[in-house]
Amino acid sequence: MSGRLKERIRAMTGVNVARCYQCGKCSAGCPMAAETTIRPHDVMRFVMQDRLDRFLGDDSIWLCVGCETCTQRCPNECDPAKVTDAVREIVAGLQPDAAPRPLRAFHEAFLRQIEKHGRLGEMGLIMGYKFRSGRLFSDVGAAPGMMSRGKLAFLPKNVKGLDEIRRIFAACRDSGPEAQDAASNAGH
Amino acid sequence: MKLGYYPGCSMHGTSREHEESLLAIAKPLGLELAEIEDWSCCGASSAHACNRTLAVALPARNLALAEEQGHDRVIAPCAACYNRLAMATHEVASDPQMAGRVRAVLSRPFANRVKVLNAVEVLRELVPTLKTNVKRPLTGLKVACYYGCLLLRPAEVTGFDDPEDPSSMEEVVRACGAEPVSWRMRVECCGAGLTMARKPSVVRLGRAIISDAMASGADVIVVSCPMCHSNLDFRQQAMGLSRPMPVVYLTQLVGLALGLDSSALGLARHFVSTGGVVPRNAAQEVG
Repeated sequence: MSGRLKERIRAMTGVNVARCYQCGKCSAGCPMAAETTIRPHDVMRFVMQDRLDRFLGDDSIWLCVGCETCTQRCPNECDPAKVTDAVREIVAGLQPDAAPRPLRAFHEAFLRQIEKHGRLGEMGLIMGYKFRSGRLFSDVGAAPGMMSRGKLAFLPKNVKGLDEIRRIFAACRDSGPEAQDAASNAGH
Repeated sequence: MKLGYYPGCSMHGTSREHEESLLAIAKPLGLELAEIEDWSCCGASSAHACNRTLAVALPARNLALAEEQGHDRVIAPCAACYNRLAMATHEVASDPQMAGRVRAVLSRPFANRVKVLNAVEVLRELVPTLKTNVKRPLTGLKVACYYGCLLLRPAEVTGFDDPEDPSSMEEVVRACGAEPVSWRMRVECCGAGLTMARKPSVVRLGRAIISDAMASGADVIVVSCPMCHSNLDFRQQAMGLSRPMPVVYLTQLVGLALGLDSSALGLARHFVSTGGVVPRNAAQEVG
């Protein structure tokens, strides 16, 4: 589906970004505001202006921790968190390597573990993360402490319903933002 | 009280002591927990960050299992799992297109009937029972109740307490005989899942939270989320604080008040020593 950014966002999330009057309350509460150039109210503004290009080449949207503070505090029910989620999906669809490498490594390692086993074992996550991010030695000093406290689950027990989980992943993988919108619109 | 129990991935690993203490306090509080058979990961922040449908379908699978196994109410003690499961019920109820996509990939019918609860609201419900079973009131212990984000936000999904000025943890802490302190950073984010990919962010956020608790006179910070716990406990060493601040789970605090052994509550599993939290007027436990 081509179309202006704000219409795509509306189709994906139901949010009408024109509701946003740029009060900034969302950004005032954002825990990552100190580390980002694009804050929640900027996300809303760029979408309003149909400026997808403003999101490219900037790490900010990937640093969202998903704390929902912005959405909780918005006085006009704008849901900046959901809009940011959707912008990430659109950007990732255009530029698969858009997310900063350590974050991408973490999410990929995490989701790969679930697809393989159904549950997360810390060792698998940590190994996968280190391998994908290249951060081979980060937190290595912590390992003995974690192990002696019984906090590293080595082997996740495989879930019996792995077929269902793999089917979920396959279906979601096949549906990028456009396919999901198409599926949504087909329901009208 | 009988509840379905969704442990989530961290309860058997990095937050083992959360499960240990929950199971230890269940019996004295008359709480029966039935673990959901064949539960799988809720997707946590990674599914949420990458794909909207995956972020709903993964938790929905567990809700469908819970329904099949006859549960009306399910407790998810991990705040992230709680938030993702509750968010899934909300999305499926309010977005027919999402509901359709999710139902198409699940292996079993999904009526979306299950009510998802977190540990804080369950303990709040159990306060009358807790009060009559306190063996060791935690008199004089000053507690900073740290809620973090996902227990409370967005309120239309969580709904059990005020998202800016909550009081349910304080209610449970008072029932234990301890004294909740008034402090500012109660609902500020700890950095959640960024702990591996962006450790400095987590250290920055954690330092601000713990410093405020300290300045407010707290002896201990109480949490109900494995990520908050890890970020404030495991990552505390990097924060350069003037003194250590123990961080315990609400379930562990309740266990102490119920007179349980600190070893039964996993209090030795923390990185910051919790020795100071055990009341001085109690008989010292062995081991």
